[in-house]
Amino acid sequence: MTIKIMGKLSRLILCASALSLTVAVGVAAVRSASAAEIPGVPANTEPVDWNSWTAGNNVSDLASLQRGARNFMNYCEGCHSLKYERYQRMATDLKIPDSVLAANLVAPGSTNLDYIGTPMPSEDAAAWFGKVPPDLSDMARYKGTNYIYRYLRTFYADPSSPTGSNNLADPNVAMPNVLSDLEGVKEAVFRTVKGPDGTTQQVFDHFATDSAGNMTPEQFDGFVRDTVNFLDYVGEPAQIERQRLGIWVVLFLLVLTGFAWLLKREYWKDVH
Amino acid sequence: MPDISDHKYDQQRGAATAQSGLWAWINKRFPAESFIRSQALEYYAPKNFNFWYFFGFIAVVVLVIQLLTGIFLTMFYKVGEATAFDSVQYIMREVDFGWLIRYMHSTGASAFFAVIYLHMYRGLLYGSYKAPRELLWLFGMIIYLALMAEAFMGYVLPWGNMSYWACQVIINIFGTIPVIGGGLVLWIRGDYGVADATLNRFFALHVVAIPLVLLLLVVLHLVALRHSGSNNPDGIEIKAHRDANGKPLDGIPFHPYYSVKDLVGICAFLTIFAGIIFFVPTFGGLFLEDANFTPADPVSTPPDITPSWYFTPYYAILRAIPNQRIGALMLLLAVLAFFFLPWLDRSPVKSVRYRGWIFKLFLAVFTVSFLGLMYMGMQPPTPTAYVISRVFMVGYFGFFVLMPWYSLIDPVKPVPDRVTFHHDH
Repeated sequence: MTIKIMGKLSRLILCASALSLTVAVGVAAVRSASAAEIPGVPANTEPVDWNSWTAGNNVSDLASLQRGARNFMNYCEGCHSLKYERYQRMATDLKIPDSVLAANLVAPGSTNLDYIGTPMPSEDAAAWFGKVPPDLSDMARYKGTNYIYRYLRTFYADPSSPTGSNNLADPNVAMPNVLSDLEGVKEAVFRTVKGPDGTTQQVFDHFATDSAGNMTPEQFDGFVRDTVNFLDYVGEPAQIERQRLGIWVVLFLLVLTGFAWLLKREYWKDVH
Repeated sequence: MPDISDHKYDQQRGAATAQSGLWAWINKRFPAESFIRSQALEYYAPKNFNFWYFFGFIAVVVLVIQLLTGIFLTMFYKVGEATAFDSVQYIMREVDFGWLIRYMHSTGASAFFAVIYLHMYRGLLYGSYKAPRELLWLFGMIIYLALMAEAFMGYVLPWGNMSYWACQVIINIFGTIPVIGGGLVLWIRGDYGVADATLNRFFALHVVAIPLVLLLLVVLHLVALRHSGSNNPDGIEIKAHRDANGKPLDGIPFHPYYSVKDLVGICAFLTIFAGIIFFVPTFGGLFLEDANFTPADPVSTPPDITPSWYFTPYYAILRAIPNQRIGALMLLLAVLAFFFLPWLDRSPVKSVRYRGWIFKLFLAVFTVSFLGLMYMGMQPPTPTAYVISRVFMVGYFGFFVLMPWYSLIDPVKPVPDRVTFHHDH
C-alpha cells in the first residue's frame, strides 16, 4: 500500500519536476552554449557568419562580471550612463571592496550612492555624434546579449564614414570604434552577389586585419564577453538571486503538491 | 437580549441556534454557518470531475494573486508619461523583492488567460453552456471581456515602447466605426495621440474600475453556478437522481472532497507558475517583450508591433482582412460568437463523450484554427501569413455558424442515467 502511494507520488513528483525543471535546464543550456572557439578569428577566406555568433556569457561568473565592470568604467562610461544602477549596488552584487570601488570605479564628483552616470553633457554629445549615446541599463534586455556581442565584434574601418569606422550589426552607427586600440583595425571584405532579379549586391564575406591592437584576438574576445556579461547583469541585477531562490521555491511547491495529493487520496477513499 | 430564535423560521436555519459561545452569537446576527453549509458542506458537486475542472478554482487564485501583487505595485508605481517607465525600473531594481512582485503580476496576466482559455474550452467539451446554465456562461463571457480590457490597460502602464505602440494600434481599431469612430478614438485617448492623459485614465480604469466590475461578475458567476449546479464530464444532471433526503446520488459535498482536490490542482499550478517566474519570467518575449525594455517613443516604431499572445488570434483575423472596417467587425464577431453558443447548439446531448463524429470533427477544426490563428498573429505580416490566417478563419467561424445544422444531424450516442466514475485506487 505504502509502496503504491510512494510509487504514484514519485511519478507525480517526477512529472512536475520534468515540467518546471525543463525550463531551468533549458535556460542553463542556452547560457552555457558558449562556443569555446572565437568566431571570425583568424580571418580566412571562408565566409564569416557573424549573425550566428552568441555571447555565451554567464552572469554567475563573478570574476567575469568584475572585469566587465572595469571594462565598462574605462571604455564605455565616458559616453554611456547606467542611470538605474547605483555604484553601491554594483559593488555589493559583484563583491567589489569599497576601497577598490572608491579608488577605481566611481567617477570623479560622484559618490557610492549615486547612479552610474556619464560625465559627458548630453547637449555636447548630441552636437558631436548627432544623437545622445543611449543609456545602457536595459540594453541587454532590449536588444539582447548576442546583439551587443556581435555589435562590439563587428566594427571595421570605413573611410567613407565620418567616424572612420562602420559596423555590421548596426550599419552607419554614430558611435566610433572606441575599442580599436585593443582590437586593432580590421577591414571588411565584401563579395558581389547577383540577386534573382539581376541586380548585384555587396555582401559581407570576411574580415582582414589591417593592424594589430594591444590584445590578442583571444584576449579581445574575452574582453567583449566580460563587458556583455556585465551589461547582462545590469539589465536585471536581481537575476542571480532570482534563480538561486527559485530552486527552493519550486522544490517546496513540489513537496507541497505531493502532500496535498496524499491528503486528497485519503479523503477520497470514501467516495465510491 | 430576548431570545428571538424561538421562531419556526430560525429553527430551520440549522444547528447554529442550538450552539453557544461566540459562534452562536455571530450566527444569531449573521448567517455565517448557513452560508458555509449552503456553499461548501451541503453543496453537492458531481463526483466525476476530471482534470478540466481544476481551472475555475485556479482562476480565482490567479485573481487573488493579481489583486494582491497589484496593490503592492501601486505603492511604488508612479503614473505619468515622465515617471511611469522609471518607476517600473525602480520596482525591478531597488524595491525589496519588487522584481518578484512585478514578475508575479506580469506572469499572472498571462496565466489568467491561459487558465481562462482552458476553463472556456472545458465548457465547449462538456456543453457547460447549455440549459440550464446559459446565464452562467454569459456571466463568464462578460468576465472574459472585462479581463481583456483589464489586461490591455495594464499592458500600457509600464510605458515601454511596445506598450505605447500596441495601445496606439488597438485604440485605432475603434476609429474604423462609421461616423463616430474618429470622435470615439479622441474621447478614449483624451488627447490627439496616445499621451499622458491616456496613461492616467488607463491607470484609473485598471486599478479601480475594472477590478470592481470583475469582482462583481465573479460573484454573479458563482451565484449562478451554485443555483444551477455544476455540469460534469458526462453532461448529466445529478439532481435527477436523489436519495431519500434529497441529496443527489452522484453528488459529493464540495467541502472536504473538492476543496482538497482543488488544493492539489492549485499546488501543481503554483509549481509551474513559480517555475516561470523564477527561471523564464519573460517567457521568450511572450510575457514581457524585448521592445518594452525601452521607454515609449512616439517617433520610433518597433519593427513588429504585435499584441500580447492572448490577443493574437483576434489580431490575426483583423490583419488577414484587407478592408480595415470589415476586419474590425470580424474581430468583434469572433469574440461575440461565444455568447451565442447556448442557442447555436441544438444537440440533445451536452458532453463530447456522447456526441457523434460530426461535432467532434468541427470541435477539432475549431481547436486547430484557434491555435493556428494565435500562431499566425505572432508572425510578421506577409501575404502568405494572411492566406493561412484566412483558412483558419473559415475553421473558426465555421464551428459557430454551422453549429445549428451539424449539432442537429450529429449521430449522438445514448446518454447513461448515472455518471461514470472510476475510483483511482
